Amino acid sequence: MRLHSSEEETSRRPGTLLPPGGVAAGMNVLLGIGGSEDSLRALERTIERALEAGDDLTVAVLDNPDSEPTQTEVADRARERLDAAGLDAEVRKLEGHPGSALVDLAESEGFDRIALGGGETSPLGKIQLGSIAEFVLLNASVSVTLVR
Amino acid sequence: MTRVYPDDVAGPYEAPPRSFTDREGRDIEVRRFEPSAMEPLVEMYVEFHPEDRAQGIPPKGEQSVREWLDSIVDDEGVNVVAWHGDDAVGHATLVPEFRDHPDEEVTEHELAIFVIREYQEAGIGSELIEALLGAGREGGVENVWLTVERWNRAAVGLYEKVGFEPSDTGSFELEMAARLR
Repeated sequence: MRLHSSEEETSRRPGTLLPPGGVAAGMNVLLGIGGSEDSLRALERTIERALEAGDDLTVAVLDNPDSEPTQTEVADRARERLDAAGLDAEVRKLEGHPGSALVDLAESEGFDRIALGGGETSPLGKIQLGSIAEFVLLNASVSVTLVR
Repeated sequence: MTRVYPDDVAGPYEAPPRSFTDREGRDIEVRRFEPSAMEPLVEMYVEFHPEDRAQGIPPKGEQSVREWLDSIVDDEGVNVVAWHGDDAVGHATLVPEFRDHPDEEVTEHELAIFVIREYQEAGIGSELIEALLGAGREGGVENVWLTVERWNRAAVGLYEKVGFEPSDTGSFELEMAARLR
């Protein structure tokens, strides 16, 4: 398992050079999102990166009963953002335990990588990783990117 | 998010100032933050050892350190500084947590404490955190919470000693809580 640093992600923002082979080596990426702020940031960054690198992107909307907005609202928003970016990507709603549903989908369908939000910050500015991120990091056999 | 706070009050501890000699024989003073402490604190955090960072703080680089300090050292929070002569060697802070409604009464504060490497394991952390909790109690703070990496046994031990109890064990970081009043 490999964690990408935030520097590595931001170095691929528009206007910078792609890493060697970046375009040719587009990956099959599974992005897991809920309704939190870091999820929405992860969606934007992952769309940017997919456009630059030619990734094949699938967005999985996780089932978090405590989450506002609802799963359907998050899925609609993701669809809107993808359409606005002109990216042809599938949006799927995953039922059940969010972390295991995401890992299971990634492994059963041969994704190269899971991407997910890199955590919220506390009032003091501390990075806080939730239980979904912890489950995915400890269980996935594919690489995981935490998007900062 | 609802946190469970202990029934018992932590301490109560005496508010700063405090003076003591640490286990290395250095004369240390703990005082409330005042504006003149800003530059020594910036210096302390810019030099802070990367290994002693906790969940991304202090941030890296002087500009980021200043922005971070400006955001926590305001009238709403509680800040105390440990001094060795003119050098800031430790800092502890309580930052209020604002909920979705800014006008809602603030009842929870997040705690963090930092001691520079050369002054660790000399008893400064205990004095600093007790002084912070004393200052918080004096300022009307009731509920305090923090997160700490589970492997950081020294920090977890310190927090337990002054009255924190685990409040959430659901993730990488251990969340702990204490009641001050």
